[in-house]
Amino acid sequence: MVTESLAARPARSIVHLDEERVWQVLRSVMDPEIPVLNVIDLGIVRYVRSDGARLHVGITPTYSGCPATEVIRRSIREALAEHQLRDVIVETVLSPPWTSEWLSEEGRRKLEAFGIAAPSARVAATVACPRCRSHDVERISEFGSTPCKAHYRCADCLEPFDVFKCI
Amino acid sequence: MTTAAPEPSHPAPRADTPAAGRFRYVLRLADTSLVLGQRLGEWVGHAPALEEDLGLANIALDLIGQARLLLTYAGEVEGRGRDEDALAFLRDAPEFCNVSLAEQPNGDFGRTIVRQFLLDAWQLELYEALSGSSDARLAEIAAKAVKETRYHLRFSAGWLVRLGDGTAESHARVQEALDELWRFTDELLAPDALDEEMAAAGVAPSLTALRPLWEQRVDAVLQEATLKRPAAVRYPWQGKRGVHTEHLGHMLGEMQHLPRAFPGVTW
Repeated sequence: MVTESLAARPARSIVHLDEERVWQVLRSVMDPEIPVLNVIDLGIVRYVRSDGARLHVGITPTYSGCPATEVIRRSIREALAEHQLRDVIVETVLSPPWTSEWLSEEGRRKLEAFGIAAPSARVAATVACPRCRSHDVERISEFGSTPCKAHYRCADCLEPFDVFKCI
Repeated sequence: MTTAAPEPSHPAPRADTPAAGRFRYVLRLADTSLVLGQRLGEWVGHAPALEEDLGLANIALDLIGQARLLLTYAGEVEGRGRDEDALAFLRDAPEFCNVSLAEQPNGDFGRTIVRQFLLDAWQLELYEALSGSSDARLAEIAAKAVKETRYHLRFSAGWLVRLGDGTAESHARVQEALDELWRFTDELLAPDALDEEMAAAGVAPSLTALRPLWEQRVDAVLQEATLKRPAAVRYPWQGKRGVHTEHLGHMLGEMQHLPRAFPGVTW
């Protein structure tokens, strides 16, 4: 947050410029487990703000125990450092809790293209096979290879596939 | 099978100050998730099918994640500089405050599912209520945990129905597990002084009020699973007061071995 006294100084524009740059850089930080999605697509970046001296990046975990969260925090710091943005604090935000509804439209398209059924924009909708679009699918397991995915099989094209869980 | 006695072998934790009481209360939640998560982790590489191996490991991961958030908060409330690792790895069994059901051994897959189902149903009621806690930090951790717990319950209830309403063998096994584990459920919903103090402060829900909700949820699934609910047992298990069955110490021996053998070791 920029206070009035700081806002009057020329530093303000630099700080704001930095915030824009941070958002840009964050688009290059990918989810280590679903490498087609960046952290903005995932909807886990809650804010970028400056306190006048340092930039604060608030991220929220998808799942409490997701091991990727630690890697993502480190990746964010490293990516920003590469762009000479070193005074950055990555903060954890728990509330409101992450929901798959925060996945961006672009993120949903990328997931489908990657072969993972995207959660529909609203929680509790039907699952479609990412390969043949059939809705005749069966759930093999509530859980998949990562905390955010479940495992399904298509009854039409017979392909097994992952589904990004709706929560 | 147990060493638990009605009289605690060490001074019962007393809530001398509001912070001390809250510390103990948050530890109860944290330790239950941590111990249950560790138990589920024992299945990795051993579950009946790959999907169930992944399922149990994923639930374990959520539980340990919840435990980390809660332990970190407990350490802050305590104010003695203990972080999540110090609380998880450097306390002995009598200092753990998990409910006794969580530490019971896995047994076969059916028994693990019974234990999981009973605790998932309980944690769901508890976390839903805690989402409205007067303690803002607890409320946000609970709101996060609710979503995960709801998903865990779908898994454990689904399997309980499949096993209970499955073959004669699977039915007999889960009914036996239910009969054996049921006596640990009274502790989940029988409030002690600390539970009541937290409820009065608006931090925690009244366990007495949660009991019928939990029973309703459990009964519906047991019925679908064609399982018989065992008779109520009012036995004073006191895991949440630090008096544990002998199983916890063995589990901690394995869980804590590395950081105790190599203090301060980093990955």
